[in-house]
Amino acid sequence: MNHVDSTVQGASKSAAAIDRAKAQGRAALIGYLPAGYPSVEETIAAGIALAENGADLIEIGIPYSDPVMDGHVIQAATTEALAAGFHVKQVFDVVRGITSKTDAAVLVMTYWNPVVRMGVDEFSRQLADAGGAGLITPDLIPDEASEWMAASDKYGLDRVFLVAPSSSPERMKRTVEASRGFVYAVSIMGVTGARASVSSAAKDVVAAAHAAGAERVCVGLGVSNADQVREIAAYADGVIVGTALVVAIGDGGVDAVASLTKDLSTGLTKEEA
Amino acid sequence: MVRLMVDAPAAGSDESAVDAFLQGGESLRHAPGPYFGSYGGRWMPESLIAALDELEDTFEKAKADPEFTAQIAELNRNYSGRPSLLTEAKRFAEHAGGVRIFLKREDLNHTGSHKINNVLGQALLAKRMGKTRVIAETGAGQHGVASATAAALMGLECVVYMGAEDCRRQALNVARMELLGATVIPVTNGSQTLKDAINEALRDWVANVDNTHYLLGTAAGAHPFPAMVRYFHEVIGEEARAQILEQTGRLPDAVCACIGGGSNAIGIFHGFLDDPSVRIFGFEAGGDGVETGRHAATITLGKPGVLHGARSYLMQDDDGQTIESHSISAGLDYPGVGPEHSYLADIGRVSYEPITDSEAMDAFRLLCRTEGIIPAIESAHALAGAIKVGQRLAAEAEAAGGTEGEAADKIVIVNLSGRGDKDVATAAEWFDLLDKDSPEHEIAKEGEQL
Repeated sequence: MNHVDSTVQGASKSAAAIDRAKAQGRAALIGYLPAGYPSVEETIAAGIALAENGADLIEIGIPYSDPVMDGHVIQAATTEALAAGFHVKQVFDVVRGITSKTDAAVLVMTYWNPVVRMGVDEFSRQLADAGGAGLITPDLIPDEASEWMAASDKYGLDRVFLVAPSSSPERMKRTVEASRGFVYAVSIMGVTGARASVSSAAKDVVAAAHAAGAERVCVGLGVSNADQVREIAAYADGVIVGTALVVAIGDGGVDAVASLTKDLSTGLTKEEA
Repeated sequence: MVRLMVDAPAAGSDESAVDAFLQGGESLRHAPGPYFGSYGGRWMPESLIAALDELEDTFEKAKADPEFTAQIAELNRNYSGRPSLLTEAKRFAEHAGGVRIFLKREDLNHTGSHKINNVLGQALLAKRMGKTRVIAETGAGQHGVASATAAALMGLECVVYMGAEDCRRQALNVARMELLGATVIPVTNGSQTLKDAINEALRDWVANVDNTHYLLGTAAGAHPFPAMVRYFHEVIGEEARAQILEQTGRLPDAVCACIGGGSNAIGIFHGFLDDPSVRIFGFEAGGDGVETGRHAATITLGKPGVLHGARSYLMQDDDGQTIESHSISAGLDYPGVGPEHSYLADIGRVSYEPITDSEAMDAFRLLCRTEGIIPAIESAHALAGAIKVGQRLAAEAEAAGGTEGEAADKIVIVNLSGRGDKDVATAAEWFDLLDKDSPEHEIAKEGEQL
């Protein structure tokens, strides 16, 4: 950071959203929707419904041909979006459509190659221009992220890297230090998808990330109902729900997203852990 | 005297790297990863990094352990049947400008291709790590069969992911894997092809990494896979170099191999990378012709990107979505390529060229009829390329004022990476050898292996 004037170091939108929830004595709710499923317009409408019914942050996924961290439900949804003609640049329309109507922090979740293809700097510029908060990067580790570190500094975007039950203490520290906004704790060794119970590993990952210096740690993978939200809200700063929302929009459209979000948000209040 | 004779480096090549090599300041054989120039690396979910670290550590220790290298040598000799022969193909060479052509006979290995070199090495590493289960991806089934073979030999559970469409077309290879005790899981996600089989294997690995090793079949993927898979295949180049010196008293003028992910090629290339007088050629699958868009010529027409853990050339659209590849050869039908090949292309050390289905099948038939060897269709791409290289060498000799006989002094080695038994049905259909009413004709239309 040698040229301060060329470096926009805006406050983290994700951190602000999580801190607002914290000030209300609860964990933050983060809802995931794949862009363009079933259509760009419905993704925007569902994103607004998320924000209006209790979500503090919204994660918009870019459909990708090779989503190795996703289970069947999200794969099927993103494959459908691609088949319907979704283009990467439309993700900025989705982000702008939601941020122009709500106060929620809107992050983009993307596998790395679409960003590489557009150019890391250009992608970051357009995301910031659309009001986006930052990126969640499931297949980018800090070791390979020098371009993204520079671009996210330049445009004031959040860098949400993942930590896992398998992360060594050294990697945990390195990843926490590279992250901005929050750290995404993977609750289980596996891919996205609803699961009957939350892995006991999740609590350990959150504790390890906090111990490594992370101020905000949110838990994702396998969370689909208010009871699971409540369980995680007891120890994490935020709870991420994906697959259940994708099922909801697929089955019942925007209304189903609204009612599921309302239900999930009942689990956010911190109870006696 | 030009020490290194290569075609003009590809656009955007790193001239300084070529210069460094020309000046002998650098050994291209020393390429431990994780990066090959700007390629390679680890573009992988954090969940798998610990497993990659463990694998790298185990591999590095094993390489330095005489007990491990002795185990590999013993398996290569008494199980795979190494060293594989180096056979001069005199009648075939008459069609290649009259140069001398030598075939590195990986087709004679147990299981019929070079694949066995890698699976034995990785299965031994799996045992060293205390893993009890291996998973693998396969396209047509060759790597799946090799993995099932190694797993049976070493008492490991084996699960093979294979595109549902490929399972149907390659029912006999599915049966082979099952005979060997493996479980084959049809993959119905995405495009249901090899790349989707890799995706599904990666998802399995994330969930089962405690007891499972991912036995990746080519010199691609995240570090340490490209350098490790190459290490197990370097025996091809080492043997070929010693054999050609013994048989002819000198190094070859050119070395040719086919490129899908590029494991057989990187194995033989490594024997010759530091010999400036040896020109090296990799032949990609040109499918219906690169101008048609239906091909697998990743380096020829792709752009750098990240897929399956490595930065490398990649067939992708303007959005960075992976494009499906096309080739008559299932083993070359992959939209990515190993990262070391991308580097060798950029610095101009290796020339990569496409060979169409039609050119490959002509060479396939020619080898059958001139040498009594049925090659894998993958290897036929290298043979077709060798014909072109031989004709170029002969033309150069003539242009230099030499007599016709001088072409006969030129030597080309072709890596015959596999045998063609698996391809008989495809070839019979291509050459219209089957009675239209025969059941074989119906089967061949589906791509089934006879």
